[in-house]
Amino acid sequence: MSATPAVEAEKTGKVEAPNSSRLGEWRTRIRAFAQAHRSWTIVIAMAIGSVVLFFWAAFPPFSFVQGQNTWISGFVNAGVFILLALGLNIVVGFAGLLDLGYAAFFAFGAYLYAFGASPFSHLHLPFLLLLVGGAVVAAVFGIALGAPTLRLRGDYLAIVTLGFGEIVPIVFLNAEKYTQGTNGIGGVDRPNIFGYEFPGIDQTAYYVLMTIVVTVVLILVYRLLDSRIGRAWAAIREDELAAAANGINTVTTKLAAFALGATTAGFAGVLNASKLTIVDPTQFQFQVSFVVLAMIVLGGMGNPFGVAVGAFVLYNIQNVLLKQLNAVMDNLNVPILENIDFVKFQFLLFGIALVLMMMFRPEGLIPSQRRRQELHSAEADSEADLELLAPEAGEVSL
Amino acid sequence: MTAAAFGRKMASDSVSGGLLLHADGVTKRFGGLVAVHDIDFTIPTGSIVSLIGPNGAGKTTFFNIIAGIYDPTAGVVVFNGREMIARSRRAWLEPFIWFLPGFIGLLTTIIAASNGAPDGEIFIIGGITLVALMSTLVIGVARPLRYQRALPRIGIFKSGRPNDMVEAGLGRTFQNIRLFQNMTALENVLVGMHSRLKSTWVDAMFSTPRDRREEKEAAEEARGYLRLVGLRGKDGELAKNLPYGDQRRLEIARALGSKPKLLLLDEPTAGMNPRETQEMIALINRLRTELGLTVLLIEHDMKVVMSISDRVTVLDHGEKIAEGSPAEVRANPKVIEAYLGAPAE
Repeated sequence: MSATPAVEAEKTGKVEAPNSSRLGEWRTRIRAFAQAHRSWTIVIAMAIGSVVLFFWAAFPPFSFVQGQNTWISGFVNAGVFILLALGLNIVVGFAGLLDLGYAAFFAFGAYLYAFGASPFSHLHLPFLLLLVGGAVVAAVFGIALGAPTLRLRGDYLAIVTLGFGEIVPIVFLNAEKYTQGTNGIGGVDRPNIFGYEFPGIDQTAYYVLMTIVVTVVLILVYRLLDSRIGRAWAAIREDELAAAANGINTVTTKLAAFALGATTAGFAGVLNASKLTIVDPTQFQFQVSFVVLAMIVLGGMGNPFGVAVGAFVLYNIQNVLLKQLNAVMDNLNVPILENIDFVKFQFLLFGIALVLMMMFRPEGLIPSQRRRQELHSAEADSEADLELLAPEAGEVSL
Repeated sequence: MTAAAFGRKMASDSVSGGLLLHADGVTKRFGGLVAVHDIDFTIPTGSIVSLIGPNGAGKTTFFNIIAGIYDPTAGVVVFNGREMIARSRRAWLEPFIWFLPGFIGLLTTIIAASNGAPDGEIFIIGGITLVALMSTLVIGVARPLRYQRALPRIGIFKSGRPNDMVEAGLGRTFQNIRLFQNMTALENVLVGMHSRLKSTWVDAMFSTPRDRREEKEAAEEARGYLRLVGLRGKDGELAKNLPYGDQRRLEIARALGSKPKLLLLDEPTAGMNPRETQEMIALINRLRTELGLTVLLIEHDMKVVMSISDRVTVLDHGEKIAEGSPAEVRANPKVIEAYLGAPAE
């Protein structure tokens, strides 16, 4: 009797061993390829992922929820948030600067497109020009905000950016002559790329465009991550004084993070405006900054892939799952739950998710290697600090 | 002291006299506390100079002034023939320069508007104004070297910041090790080389050949520095996982990355056992002979100080109480008193 399990275990072990090693071999092979050709890996992965999602959206379980076109439209909106998250990740995840007013840069991109291509201004400039223009304008305002404030650190910077994020939508709201205030600028042109006019109902073209933009941004962001400036950002995040004492101009380096982050938000703004065909100040409230930040934290701060996945998942939870939850609860007639509007409680759920995340997995779902080390060494440090309470005299904390 | 400028080379007496660094009357007050008081200090090129003194004597404060972290309350530091550190002069003028183009542009816009210029023209003038304002603001905040050197011509002076000092040729280590803990040893040295690398974020984004070549060469050079300090084969290790002695070595390798002329070492042998201390002494000597570095050392271990220093300066309560060769300093009754309060040895 007692021999049987052992024999079985041996058997299964023998049977599984070659299998798992073959799998492992493939895994190492793929990993080696990804390391050697990272940009191509991103292109291939995005292509496969987007094609699979596109067709799968027409089949169960997706088709139980909503139609394919609605899904695709949702994916495009999610793409906007992926872009926002990738951009904010440069500022928060790479350089370690807490920016709570990120939606402002999103607004600049969107309003630039609304000015440049709508019946309101009687201008109908080409889409690609405005895509670049929106990014540039957002970057300019990123520098304009960053230049005077980047000498601040930590909490102070967060407060200033928070203020900036509040001011910008209010300015757009009150500059009625130029923005039509609460009504917003409607009837914005749909993109027209090389003579191809994007259709209004079928979202496929937007989906393709969004996939391309996200792919390009992902590639660029990954390249930044392990370049000279990526190292400088990591160094500033770890120890700003030591970074300065090693020749890094902390001000320009942080300014670059701000500007590059804002650029991505500018892209997102233009794409969002061209898809919704209306731009109004309520689209750029603090909630947007907060949700994007939550996406980064949940996805894995500092890791572009994790952040993108986090944004995609969170957007779909926010806009699909919670609505479905309402429908399900209504149908099931669960006493208290059927009266709850889960969409209204989304921020409560985000809050709970963030608290749980901070308690059990502060590095996020798909963390970057470095962030994970930082967070776990912080724990170890605080324990070590208790032992070494005696302060070292004479050192500066700038 | 002649009011020579950040940009201008100093009258060549200090350079031709072989002085790499010349501090004159440096004073630093923190509120009522005078941490460093009226210190004159010179470092001859190619020498190893030590700064010693009891705890709280102001050694590290003086170090931080030289490294551009603190502005001195009074005094001047001339490094490599340039006045790099001093009290700010006419600093209030600087913001006016930043806003001057914007102000002129705004005036022009208003005048143009009141004279009934067409909307298009006003739009263009306004745009140019905005761009000009942005650029001066960014230059003013980022303070590129050329800008800093131009300022003294109109009588404005501001001390170099830490990164300016690194660019001028000063490398340093910290008393309590400040490595980038979660980066590998190699990455730490690469950060140290930051000021010498040219690749910008544009290069990085488009992965230009220049960027790829530079990264490859930089990694090769960084491995060289690691080998030099005795960390061969540890380039993939995280800084925090290295043993204590290796962390101190890594900090030196990182400082070497910027190819400094002067290396400031803040207690490089603190917490080391006798064997590690001996290795560190050998390393510092090698830095001088092989790389031609000048070294300023803060050290408590008298064996180290006496064995490698050409000159020793003693601080106590922020004042310089003695200076000279190791033997002279050792025999100086003031020094003995400062350390022990009574004759010793």
